[in-house]
Amino acid sequence: MTLEIVLFVIFALVCLVSGILMVTRVNPVISALFLVVNFGSLAGLYLTLNAQFIAVAQVIIYAGAIMVFFLFVIMLINPEHEKRFLEYKPQLKIFAVAIAVLVFLQIAYIILFSKPSEGVSREVAASVKAGTIEQIGRELFTKYVLPFEAVGYLLLSAAIGALVLAKKKFK
Amino acid sequence: MLNNIQEFYNILPLIIIGGLILVSLIIEMYSESSEKILPWLSIIGFLFVGIYSLVEVGRTSIVLQNMLATGGVVNIFWLIFNITAAIVCLLSINYIKKYGAYYGEYYIIIQTSVLGMMLMAGAKDLIVIFLGLEVMSISFYVLAGFNRNRSSANEASLKYFLLGAFATGFLVYGIALIYGKATTTSIDAISLNFSALSGNVLFLTGVLLFLIGFSFKIAAFPFHMWVPDVYQGSPTTVAGLFSTAGKAAGFSALIVTFAALFGGPHGHLFTPYLSAIAVFSMLFGSIVAIMQTDIKRMLAYSSIAHAGYMLIGLASGNIDGVAGIIFYLAAYSFMNLAAFGIVSILEGKEETNLDLDSYAGLGTRSPFIAGLFALIMFALAGIPPFAGFFGKYYVFIAAIKSDLTWLAMVGILSSMISVYFYLRLVVIMYFKSSETEDKVSYTASEIIAVVIAVVFVIILGLAPGSFIDLVTKFL
Amino acid sequence: MLESYIPIFIVMFFATVIALGITFSSMLLGPQRPNKEKLSTYESGMKPVGTTRERISIKYYLVAMLFIIFDLEVLFIYPWAVQFKKLFAEFGISIFISMFIFLVVFELGYLYAYKKGGFEWD
Repeated sequence: MTLEIVLFVIFALVCLVSGILMVTRVNPVISALFLVVNFGSLAGLYLTLNAQFIAVAQVIIYAGAIMVFFLFVIMLINPEHEKRFLEYKPQLKIFAVAIAVLVFLQIAYIILFSKPSEGVSREVAASVKAGTIEQIGRELFTKYVLPFEAVGYLLLSAAIGALVLAKKKFK
Repeated sequence: MLNNIQEFYNILPLIIIGGLILVSLIIEMYSESSEKILPWLSIIGFLFVGIYSLVEVGRTSIVLQNMLATGGVVNIFWLIFNITAAIVCLLSINYIKKYGAYYGEYYIIIQTSVLGMMLMAGAKDLIVIFLGLEVMSISFYVLAGFNRNRSSANEASLKYFLLGAFATGFLVYGIALIYGKATTTSIDAISLNFSALSGNVLFLTGVLLFLIGFSFKIAAFPFHMWVPDVYQGSPTTVAGLFSTAGKAAGFSALIVTFAALFGGPHGHLFTPYLSAIAVFSMLFGSIVAIMQTDIKRMLAYSSIAHAGYMLIGLASGNIDGVAGIIFYLAAYSFMNLAAFGIVSILEGKEETNLDLDSYAGLGTRSPFIAGLFALIMFALAGIPPFAGFFGKYYVFIAAIKSDLTWLAMVGILSSMISVYFYLRLVVIMYFKSSETEDKVSYTASEIIAVVIAVVFVIILGLAPGSFIDLVTKFL
Repeated sequence: MLESYIPIFIVMFFATVIALGITFSSMLLGPQRPNKEKLSTYESGMKPVGTTRERISIKYYLVAMLFIIFDLEVLFIYPWAVQFKKLFAEFGISIFISMFIFLVVFELGYLYAYKKGGFEWD
């Protein structure tokens, strides 16, 4: 077994177990903490796919910033209300399961039945190079310079919006 | 980056709006009376960009590493967005004071939303479409809930955000599937390879998900449920922006992505889906609008119906249809802005005077406003010689050219239904006596904004050919 | 490629083992004689009042939101910093300008948040 397979098995198992634990917990705070584990192992899986920058971004953004946000938002919600929520509408659970099954079937279809796309290099060296931070920097600042500036404005409008909507004593 | 100075001139509208946002932000930070400066600064900026786009309409080019197209139809869309936003700013000056959200940020967020729309209309890459859509949508979510003390505004903002994020999920999923098969996000490359790709189930699923995501943004039938609540809860002028520029931006992205296929062998691939949602949007919007008693909800359902008419142009899958949609969008933007403008003038403090019955006797109380409103209602109903009639005429002709006569017939049927609720308002204004004798008070800026919009409606109605010629020249 | 990440995996392995080991070893090795008093919630000697899940203030939301936004913006600076010398030699000043515009937008957003009291706890 190569290192890649060993790591894949470890991260995939952690990912799967933490995912199942996340959706089955009653207390949303514990669910959120399992989601952190899940995000972390996903970063490992990205690494085995040679997507190094995405793996780092996953840890910094998802396991870091987004999880802090999740926890704060969970704590903003009234605990008594959220307990009644699922009892009130059990059909929502069926909907969630149906969507999950649909997505699973689709991914299974993609993996089992579709041929790898033409034009994607399956050479390992090229794949490693494509995922590095250097390559991403090169693409971002030459080809994708307009989307890059657009992201700046997207985040600016989000920052203004957050302040306008959530600042307690605005102005 | 840019190869020569001409490319700089071509993307100058984007640069100006981008700079305007930053300048406005600085003014907002350091000026005590930013609420008074920013509307006028925004209006000047929007007007300049709009007129500049029209002047430079002939300079078609593709800039920034095949990410953005300029000139031609793109500039016409930029013109529509900017003029619409300028009119909205003019209407808002007095309205947001009355509404209780007197902040300079209001105008900055309108500017960022316009930047997003402009990116969508000019996009040559799916990533640019997505980012433009997000810049626009996030600004819209904030605008919908601008008055934080009003629970209806909070509800509108949250509902819009949750359903909008859901639709964006569809869109991103669709783009991911398209990329998975096509291995590129460049729209030109995908449309060139469309014949080879269209046999693939995943690719078609991706395109369909993309369409579904945009069906939400343009408020078409199965994804329309947010429209009435959001329009009712958000500030009236902002609802005007959602229903005009927002819808135009959604259609511009659909045109950008699908127009390359029209006229080719795959031009009619999505006609079944598009004509189905067109039929349901038209009939549903027109029939449910009859039952509404709140003017903003009525206009919301009318907006769903109009999305249906415009989708006929897309379903017909030919160049006439695209030209028809662009004309329809321009006409509809001015009609609806004028309608929402008058509603915002008549609206009292704390969401009063929004019932249809509160328009009773307007014909005697304030004949000028009643006259303008009646004219707009005739235009929205599609009665000649106003712009609304020609919008419908062009898309119906396009449908008939593509052997979709039944679709045009459904459109005509739906227009006839919609005449009922538009004219009912005229009847209420002129033939129903009111309990109050209050004159309507309005400021000069509001009435000028409405009059400008009405003038555009009349001009587009009197000379529709010149606008259509301008559009078809670049298609 | 993965070989270069082996040190990180080793650190992760030891971190997991030590964290879990310390938590569970005290549970396994220490003597446990529970009674009702010991198992009750400790609240400075007072009788416990209410649940531990109280609603927190909306102010935390703003902090988290601004953290995400600025964290994301910083993420875009890493690839630029790593590649700057090479790209500058190849493409010239445009690489600098594109980041400069981004940073102006970013810093104005930051300044705006600061001016409006986004970082104040009022």
